Amino acid sequence: MSAPLIRLSGISKRFNGNTVLSDVDLHLEPGKILTLIGPNGAGKTTLVKIVLGLIDPDEGQVSLHSGLRIGYMPQKLHIDPTLPVTLQRFLKLAEPDPELCLDAAKEVGIEHLIDSPLQSLSGGEMQRALLARAILRKPNILVLDEPVQGVDVVGQEALYRLIGQLRDRLHCGVLMVSHDLHLVMSATDEVICLNQHICCHGHPDQVSNNPAFLELFGSKTAPYTHNHDHHHDLHGEVIDGVSTNSHSKECRHD
Amino acid sequence: MIDVLLYAMLAGLGVAAVTGPLGSFIVWRRMAYFGDTLAHSSILGVALALFLSISPTLSVIVICLVLALVLVVLQQQQTLASDTLLGILSHTSLAIGLVAMALMPEVKVDLLSLLFGDLLTVNINDVITIYAISVVAILLLLKLWKPLLAMTIHEELAKVEGVPVNAVRTAFMLIIALEIAIAMKVVGVLLITALLVIPAATARRFSQTPEQMAALASFTGCLAVILGLCASWFIDTPAGPSIVLCAGVLFLISLMKKN
Repeated sequence: MSAPLIRLSGISKRFNGNTVLSDVDLHLEPGKILTLIGPNGAGKTTLVKIVLGLIDPDEGQVSLHSGLRIGYMPQKLHIDPTLPVTLQRFLKLAEPDPELCLDAAKEVGIEHLIDSPLQSLSGGEMQRALLARAILRKPNILVLDEPVQGVDVVGQEALYRLIGQLRDRLHCGVLMVSHDLHLVMSATDEVICLNQHICCHGHPDQVSNNPAFLELFGSKTAPYTHNHDHHHDLHGEVIDGVSTNSHSKECRHD
Repeated sequence: MIDVLLYAMLAGLGVAAVTGPLGSFIVWRRMAYFGDTLAHSSILGVALALFLSISPTLSVIVICLVLALVLVVLQQQQTLASDTLLGILSHTSLAIGLVAMALMPEVKVDLLSLLFGDLLTVNINDVITIYAISVVAILLLLKLWKPLLAMTIHEELAKVEGVPVNAVRTAFMLIIALEIAIAMKVVGVLLITALLVIPAATARRFSQTPEQMAALASFTGCLAVILGLCASWFIDTPAGPSIVLCAGVLFLISLMKKN
């Protein structure tokens, strides 16, 4: 087993007397994808900012592997429309070589936008631009705060696939935040379900059946690992000879 | 007589050269009101200089910088909305300055020239001070250009990538303070923000890169200074307001360009 890239132990953080995180442990190894999920206000972004060194914890220890290079993809960019900046210029802030910038744009599939103003990019294109900037730093860990935010479902799946590919090529660890449950479950090696403290963690299949997880999100919203004993055709009708009457109890969709 | 115009022209151009890049950052970072607040506080700086019998330029730089740092700390507390905080500090510092000056009856202050500038009274020493400070401000801006741009796009991303954001932010405040100290003489306390914001906004439509916009804003600012001073000279209008008016007209003309 390789040494972890990051190891957090006993992390606690309060803002104005409100506990945001209490006694959180976390570690991430190279080549692994770890996803933080949890409701709004669960402290996901705070935890990410502690990993990034943007916020100091009140208690607990953060140890980073020596020589760690972090590629960070923030939640959102608010760029004033008066700032004339193209995608290329944006990428050049991380890497001065324009060839490498173009390669990164190619890798995330937006090389055709290299000369476009940054403000003209759509939600999905912007997320890819942020991802390109993160990988330009040749990171050994990618920290992605809600990477699929503002992207439609088809685009979300493509983005998660891209993140998986980048992980394979860079052999980096990936720490990402999500509050979408369905798609992310198939895209991650490990899940931490956070609600100020760690409710449960482990393999996505284990987590989505964990009572703490179901309580937090409600059983209706945790549909990923329902055990299908039947299939649907394109119109949603149940096929394979299983009648609708024997629709599995495990299956939680309406 | 002609040296009055020459000094005024040199002083105005020296100030306008810095307002291009500095004003562009103020527009991109949405700090117009922040700049305005610091400009108002320079009245307090002038009062302090009169009280202590020190150089008003130095006093204004120090007061602006102190107020800027206080503002940054208060904004991080987030107990009041940023614009409320700016409104309180802006007008309180202006009021303190005005009251303090009134309490010093032995000194005669020409309030109008403080508020709206008195470009036609600058002498050779003022011009030298303006150029010395302008050069420092421009060198600082050049050195900080890339980290400032990275911070303007996303501060936390810049910090993760290794930009020392607190140091850069403080240096940026210092540049604003320097510029206010020299622009006060040209357009006066109340019109400094106009000289920062209007040329930058005018340059926006003609620029494809941040550098183009900064350079073009400097050019527009200088053009406004030349036109405003000519108007002031020939039709005897106040110099500061004439320069700002010319900048405003140039902005209106720029709106005719289709995007």
